[in-house]
Amino acid sequence: MLAWPGGRSLGQAPGSAPRVGLVFDVGGRGDKSFNDAAFRGLMRVRDELHMPVEYIEPGEGADRESALRMLAAEGFSLVVGVGFIFTDDVNNVAVDYPHTAFACVDYALQTGPDGAVVPPPANVVALKFREEEGSYLVGALAGLSTKTHAVGFVGGMDIPLIRKFEAGYRAGVARTCPDCRMTAQYAGVTGAAFKDPGKGKELGLGQYGSGVDIIFHASGSTGLGVFEAARETGHLAIGVDSDQYDEAPGHILTSMVKGVDVSVYDVAKEVLDGHFSGGIRSLGLAEDGVAWVHDEHNAALLPTGAVAQVDALAEAIKRGEVTVPTTVEVPK
Amino acid sequence: MSPKLASLLDRLIAPALALALAMAIGHVLILVAGASPPEVFGALLAGTWGNGYGIAQVLFKATPLVFTGLAVAIPYRAGLFNIGAEGQVVAGALAAGFVGSHLPTAAPALVAVTTCVIAAFMAGALWGALPGWLRGRFGAHEVITSIMLNFIAMALANWVVADFLAQPQTLHTAAIVDGARLTRLGSWLPAFRGSAVNTALFLVPVVVAGTAWLLNRTATGHQLRSVGLGARVAEASGVPVARVQTLAMALGGGMAGMVGVNFVQGYKGYFEDGFSGGVGFMGIAVAMLARAEPWLLIPAALLFATLSQGGLAINALVPKEIVDVLVAVVLVVAAAAGARSARREEGS
Repeated sequence: MLAWPGGRSLGQAPGSAPRVGLVFDVGGRGDKSFNDAAFRGLMRVRDELHMPVEYIEPGEGADRESALRMLAAEGFSLVVGVGFIFTDDVNNVAVDYPHTAFACVDYALQTGPDGAVVPPPANVVALKFREEEGSYLVGALAGLSTKTHAVGFVGGMDIPLIRKFEAGYRAGVARTCPDCRMTAQYAGVTGAAFKDPGKGKELGLGQYGSGVDIIFHASGSTGLGVFEAARETGHLAIGVDSDQYDEAPGHILTSMVKGVDVSVYDVAKEVLDGHFSGGIRSLGLAEDGVAWVHDEHNAALLPTGAVAQVDALAEAIKRGEVTVPTTVEVPK
Repeated sequence: MSPKLASLLDRLIAPALALALAMAIGHVLILVAGASPPEVFGALLAGTWGNGYGIAQVLFKATPLVFTGLAVAIPYRAGLFNIGAEGQVVAGALAAGFVGSHLPTAAPALVAVTTCVIAAFMAGALWGALPGWLRGRFGAHEVITSIMLNFIAMALANWVVADFLAQPQTLHTAAIVDGARLTRLGSWLPAFRGSAVNTALFLVPVVVAGTAWLLNRTATGHQLRSVGLGARVAEASGVPVARVQTLAMALGGGMAGMVGVNFVQGYKGYFEDGFSGGVGFMGIAVAMLARAEPWLLIPAALLFATLSQGGLAINALVPKEIVDVLVAVVLVVAAAAGARSARREEGS
């Protein structure tokens, strides 16, 4: 941790090249998942686009806006907020710095009193992912792979964004294994639920102990505890946001990958090339915004024919033949 | 040396020592992290006291720390350790957000602001009174009960917000009415523009002066302090100990609740789940550094606010954990020095 080079040394000396600044939520970086995916994108921006980059990880919630403002005031060309919680902060700062480009990953759209969607400020790009689509695919795979006909879900904080993962996953499981039992639990009620591996392990051990043999987590670094439980009990888990195979080799059935890194990189490239434009971007299977991992690492874990079946479902979703729910209707 | 001067010096030595030691340890850590200490400390100062926005942000962050400092200091003077400020903050802020969003939109500013402030204070006071009452009535230790009530407050707030009050796709309540919002100082002082510092800042001297007056000049304050010096002796001399303990915790909780004024009415305009980010726990540090003296809470809060805002400014140079370590060092040294001089006072 200490050996990690500071942000300012990451980029070249501030010159004429447009600079990219990125702000994490409290305790975000190092989750090997969502936030680290954004960080990977930032590193690609530095290495491949040769743009100077800097990042800030605030210590408390009220600092999110302050951190964005500092970067904008220092003349950064693109300022990125990582997480839905940045929505209002990005909106506020973007209005004060109309010539700076802003991006918000998982931007939460607001609706006005008339029910219509309120568009973000013109210099903000709202990066939204259709996580339910990717979750549906890993759910379908879990349904095909389970031997006990019982699968589990561990969410981080209990919020609509994470329930979207659960909803897609449930629907996917129901598609390939209608009689499968589903256990869904959340690690907590505050942001800390996304960084509590101890709690993740506890939930994981509990679910595996109850007969579940595959758990999908959408819980930041809390999921590292779920993996630990999978390793200890010899069961399988499904990673989220990044390809998490390396966190527990042999125990990660697949990962629901969210293209946070690519989306950050793409926006930075647009800024560099001079054709950045604000607006809402909805990224799903069709846009390669979400995907499921199947490569040489996890090939041995996949049941015969599963790849073809899951890919067929992916195609069906892309064509609009399968509509994936975004909210959970089954009572918990 | 006169005893008065000696005690004043003693009171200043602890914070000075704490700061010096924190700087020294910070120096080493920064070197280990491969950065230049003068550059980092320079950036810390430049990002805080070096420009209008930085100053405004320090003031904005010091405001809740004074409130939570009081939340710990007042019960402390009555011999109670309030670890529950974090939950009391949540209770107060949620009340301000809830009441503020349910007022008629035409409510005059004076009425709306006052209603929200009272709601924030009362909700925090209720949440604080509970462990005070449990202590007085059943002897349940307030450290344990107030810690537990933190979790209960956070869980309840999350449930209420997530399931009933939240706007779709967010973690926050509906906006409070315009009349309940406080003015940002940036709208008068261009140098402060962009910062969230607001008129809640003016509550700080008022509340601190009120607390100092209450503790030192009133019969209630005298009772409170006498319980702090020794509950049994106070009881023997006719002080209603249980009631005083409940009152001390309620007052402390009310102060913590006032954080909601700064955050909900002064900054966001709504209650956001999980906003408090440890400001209640930081209040313990502030109160300890200030030795539970109301007026000393202000410089102590300014110090921690500077470190907090400065931590952002140097975030790009060194890992943010370094600032966390600095804060912890200040706290440990201040606590140790405080305990040492308290022992000496007892001996004298």
